[in-house]
Amino acid sequence: MDWALLITQLVNGLQYGILLFLLAAGLTLVFGIMDFINLAHGSFYMVGAYFCATLIQITGSFLLSVVAAFGGVFILGLLVEYLLIRRLYSFDHLYQVLATVGLILIFDTLVQLIWGVTGKSIPLPEILSGQYQIGSLVFASYRLVIISTGLLVAVGLYILIARTRLGMLIRAGASNRTMASALGVNINRLYWIVFALGVALAGLAGMLVAPISQASVGMGNQIIIVALVVVIVGGIGSVQGAFYAALIIGMIDSLGRSYLEDFMYLLMPAQNAETAAPAISAMLIYIVMAVVLVFRPEGLFPPKTR
Amino acid sequence: MSAMLEVSDLVKKFGGITAVDHASLEVREHEIHAVIGPNGAGKTTLVSQLAGELRADGGRTRFRGEDITSLRPAQRAHRGLARSFQITNVMLPMTLLENVALAVQAQSGHSFRFWQPVSRETETLDKAMEALKVVGLDDRADRVASEVSHGEHRQLEVAMALAMEPVMLLLDEPMAGMGPEETTTMVGILEKLKGDKTILLVEHDMDAVFSLADRISVLVYGQVIATGNREEIQGNRDVQVAYLGDMVE
Amino acid sequence: MKTPRRYLPDSLPGWILWGLLLLLAVGPVIIFFTGQLFYLDLVSRIMILATAAVGLNLIVGYGGMVSFGHAAYFVIGAYSVGIPAYYGFYNGFLHLGLAVGFSALFAVLTGAVSLRTRGIYFIMITLAFAQMMYFTFVSLEEYGGDDGLVILQRSRFPGIDLENDVILYYAIFAVLVLALIFAYRLVWSRFGRVIVGAMHNDRRMQSLGFDTFRYRLTCYVISGVICGIAGFFLANFSNFISPEMTDWSHSAELLLILILGGLGSMLGPVIGSFFFVLVEEWLSTFTVYWQLYFGAMLVAVVLFGRGGINGLFERWRK
Repeated sequence: MDWALLITQLVNGLQYGILLFLLAAGLTLVFGIMDFINLAHGSFYMVGAYFCATLIQITGSFLLSVVAAFGGVFILGLLVEYLLIRRLYSFDHLYQVLATVGLILIFDTLVQLIWGVTGKSIPLPEILSGQYQIGSLVFASYRLVIISTGLLVAVGLYILIARTRLGMLIRAGASNRTMASALGVNINRLYWIVFALGVALAGLAGMLVAPISQASVGMGNQIIIVALVVVIVGGIGSVQGAFYAALIIGMIDSLGRSYLEDFMYLLMPAQNAETAAPAISAMLIYIVMAVVLVFRPEGLFPPKTR
Repeated sequence: MSAMLEVSDLVKKFGGITAVDHASLEVREHEIHAVIGPNGAGKTTLVSQLAGELRADGGRTRFRGEDITSLRPAQRAHRGLARSFQITNVMLPMTLLENVALAVQAQSGHSFRFWQPVSRETETLDKAMEALKVVGLDDRADRVASEVSHGEHRQLEVAMALAMEPVMLLLDEPMAGMGPEETTTMVGILEKLKGDKTILLVEHDMDAVFSLADRISVLVYGQVIATGNREEIQGNRDVQVAYLGDMVE
Repeated sequence: MKTPRRYLPDSLPGWILWGLLLLLAVGPVIIFFTGQLFYLDLVSRIMILATAAVGLNLIVGYGGMVSFGHAAYFVIGAYSVGIPAYYGFYNGFLHLGLAVGFSALFAVLTGAVSLRTRGIYFIMITLAFAQMMYFTFVSLEEYGGDDGLVILQRSRFPGIDLENDVILYYAIFAVLVLALIFAYRLVWSRFGRVIVGAMHNDRRMQSLGFDTFRYRLTCYVISGVICGIAGFFLANFSNFISPEMTDWSHSAELLLILILGGLGSMLGPVIGSFFFVLVEEWLSTFTVYWQLYFGAMLVAVVLFGRGGINGLFERWRK
């Protein structure tokens, strides 16, 4: 039993899961409270990365750039919600899907116009780009940064939702929209903030991942689908669900890639395992979602009843 | 006269609430059997269970001697049990004729026919028109369902149930929300069916119930507390208490 | 309460249909004389999309089932041509048979699972199945994997030489017309009425005695097969197949085409396809950043014109 490999893959899975959580948290809140499906969520992921890359060029400080870029994406979110998103809340999901696809195209081209076709890289400061050693295991320090940032955000979100007034409004909105607005909660303002917060978190995910894989045009368009899977599996409207589902999906993906082939060697001749394994490991998360949808469509950790 | 529908100790629970609590009644062939009761008594839940939409948590339902407790709505429909809805539940964007034609179509063979237009099926359309005629809507057959009045919706509901050529009808408050004139029309329609079809009629309108029903069952808190003809029910103490409270003393 | 999707009766006048068909029928002749072969290719591509849209319209426009994964049938149909071709089998009937067969199989299996869900869940699960197809074909290294595969020769039918672009054009045209006729008869048949009725009120249809699940599944399979046939033509047209064909952007394209044309209208898919591709082509001649305007158009259509072009005629008639 190669423990080193197992632990490395678990950490990879954790990191991927944390990133998925940052993406899914906003998505699930917007979906649960406003009943709005935002495919362009991945575009804010992209914009966050670009904002951060540009700010680093200006300020030279990674930390400062992340904080400022977070604020920047938040403001962009406020703007987009005000100009467009709020008009779409009452429309059927199909139209929301199409409108946000249009938004993706708009964002992608604007980014191209402003920053050009080639991607931008984010250089890491010295302290973060080293390695960390525990026993015989070596980890890139940055991985641990991503994981700890994500966990901090998770804790912060928990405190926000469970302990603050805004959080109470969020929970009320998530469980019963009509009642909440009848009680005099300023629904419009609540939606505004929730949307902006959600996309800011997506932006944060983008800027955390960019030092590893670059900020590039359209970088959010594939991962948005995985984020949607996480939202469905966790339960629409449940941040807690998104957290657990994200970690589960992250682990399944990471462990699947490493171990599925070996597992399949046990079941079938080597040649078949070699071709089937990569396909199936990529499909695993979709298979998980399909199973959840059939047996427990409300998700694994749905929010308390509407 | 034999029992067409036998309901024995039917139970339905929703979380902590028992909506239908060991309800028992029987509907005899050719009779109009009314089910009345105060609001919240569980009447609509009972109808939904009899129609097969809600799974029973206990008890049995027998129709024409067969145990249909586990059958779904479509299966019950094919055995001759037709249901109308308390809140109008039709295909709104379609015309009255199209709605009723679908009811006819459901009972006349399968619908895996992909080529011939339904508009050429004269037999289907004739039967649909007949059903519309019984309820008095035949002159408005080509009106779109979403554009007709509430009273006409209630009539459409009955027409659709009739078009299924059922052995028994479950009518859930056909007169719901109707004014006096419309109610008279509906009572007239149901009078015409008396003696021919077997009907379980859930209703609030007491005048209509007393003029139409052969027998009446009273449902209170999910239980049938009394069954009998008009005189028996009107004179029944428990029924009076249920409706008027302890003031009856 | 959400504003429901705009399903309108057919308002597109008949003369549009006849005009369009006439134009398509004589198009190649005109092109031949003017020498602009580019338009032949363009219209061929439009008609392939239109055929797929007609197929999708059956379940979305008339059945209310919004599938976000119909591009999967493109890739199934396309690889039904590409894989046999790779081994030197160019028999058109073989290709077509495999396309129809595998599309139907995929539709039955995924439909049986997906159709137990509704609304957004249905959208997601159909998307998921399309993604699964992507990964399946990417993993087939033998057939090019991610890069795709070039097809050296088109499907061979006795007496019909598809290598000739004009003949291919007419073959696609014929299939489109057949699909339209079939769809039209289907919608007004007993089967069609059940599907439409179930879209308007599934609960009532069941209480009337219809096993709506079986009817929906059948419709879903028919729809998938038509799209699979479109995929067959796509492979022949571009002499190339790739897993990218099942990307969700293509599924979104088909949905957009349906909305542009007008949901629930028979001609909508055809009109929508023309509009979509022509606008795309036209915009891209102006600027390399045409996607910006295209995206804006999408947003505008959703905000202001959910009835599509059919809806415009509806309003114009009033």
